[in-house]
Amino acid sequence: MLNILWVIMMAAGILFASFQGNMAAVTEAFIDSSTEAINLCIFMLGVIGVWNGMMEIAVKSGLMKRIAHVMYPFIHWLFPDIPPGHKANEYIAANMAANMLGLGWAATPAGLKAMQELKVLDKKTANKAPGRKKMIGSVPDSDAGGHASDMMCAFLVLNISSLQLIPINMIAYRSQYGSVEPASIVLPSIVSTAISTLAGIIFIKVIEVLRNRRRRRL
Amino acid sequence: MRAFLYFSDFIVPFIMFYIVIYGFFNKSDVYENFLDGVKEGFKIVVNIAPTMVALLVSIGIFRASGALDFVSGLLEPVGKLLHIPAAVLPVFLVRIFSSSAATSFVLDIFKEFGPDSSIGMMVSIMMSCTETVIYTITIYYMSVKITRTRWTLPGAMVATVAGTIASVVITRMIM
Repeated sequence: MLNILWVIMMAAGILFASFQGNMAAVTEAFIDSSTEAINLCIFMLGVIGVWNGMMEIAVKSGLMKRIAHVMYPFIHWLFPDIPPGHKANEYIAANMAANMLGLGWAATPAGLKAMQELKVLDKKTANKAPGRKKMIGSVPDSDAGGHASDMMCAFLVLNISSLQLIPINMIAYRSQYGSVEPASIVLPSIVSTAISTLAGIIFIKVIEVLRNRRRRRL
Repeated sequence: MRAFLYFSDFIVPFIMFYIVIYGFFNKSDVYENFLDGVKEGFKIVVNIAPTMVALLVSIGIFRASGALDFVSGLLEPVGKLLHIPAAVLPVFLVRIFSSSAATSFVLDIFKEFGPDSSIGMMVSIMMSCTETVIYTITIYYMSVKITRTRWTLPGAMVATVAGTIASVVITRMIM
């Protein structure tokens, strides 16, 4: 999917520019945006470095285990395939907590670690049950050429539906642009973020029900 | 509301304080662990840097060429049907790819209509309840070398569209 999407955006953009006669803008855009990407990476080196350092402290001191323990019932409900006590639970818990508090930069390293753990987990289950691919029907496993597992899909859908409690960046921009009450978006934002997360969870659960039905039939 | 914002200033410092103190009293080598984590954080960023370049360049070209405006023009009838103002559509489209590009669109709207206008409120709420779908999927999956994303994109889009519709409806209700 990513391959096709990237090709479409590049090719369509350049073709479109040639019809519109603003090819110079394309060249400029490529220079500007590659610079922007690297600037962003340099910024991320600092911020993600610090948050990942904080997370490492929390892992080694057992704090992450405690957070995961508190959130376990919820995580288990969403990701029934992750065994209790697995490290993926900890990173998913940290990712969710950071997202809720609006700490996007803290959520990223936790989320990427969760992804790694989910991949390891997927490989393990695939090895333990060689007949799995057949059993689940059309659901492929990860070693069949870079397929995402159901847990990975569920995790990312949840992550993207992002339950954020305080939209701190938007409030800052609003006050910068002379809003009379910059924080007036807090309540409406909480309602709509709850709706989007609910939609994501419903989607995940529908897929799960369909999958279980297919599993039972086979 | 003011107290709420005041409280939000405490979040980051308090979390850092709690993590460090908790680690210290659990007799772990806090400083050493922190350095290990930072080192690993660097590796994470270096790992995702190529993806960032690829993504931002393609978005930059797509936007600068005018193709983005063309696509949002195509979507305008759909937007009218859902009572979404024309200025909001490009924000929705760009939001899926890049947070910084979407923010610049939002700031343009703030400049033109003001942050407290109905459109200003709508995009503020929308930005707060949605994520950069493609960006997140790409960064996360590329970091573990997964190319077949299966049902991630449909699921993420369901959540994003639900959030967008919610922000339009809620703005209409309160304004």
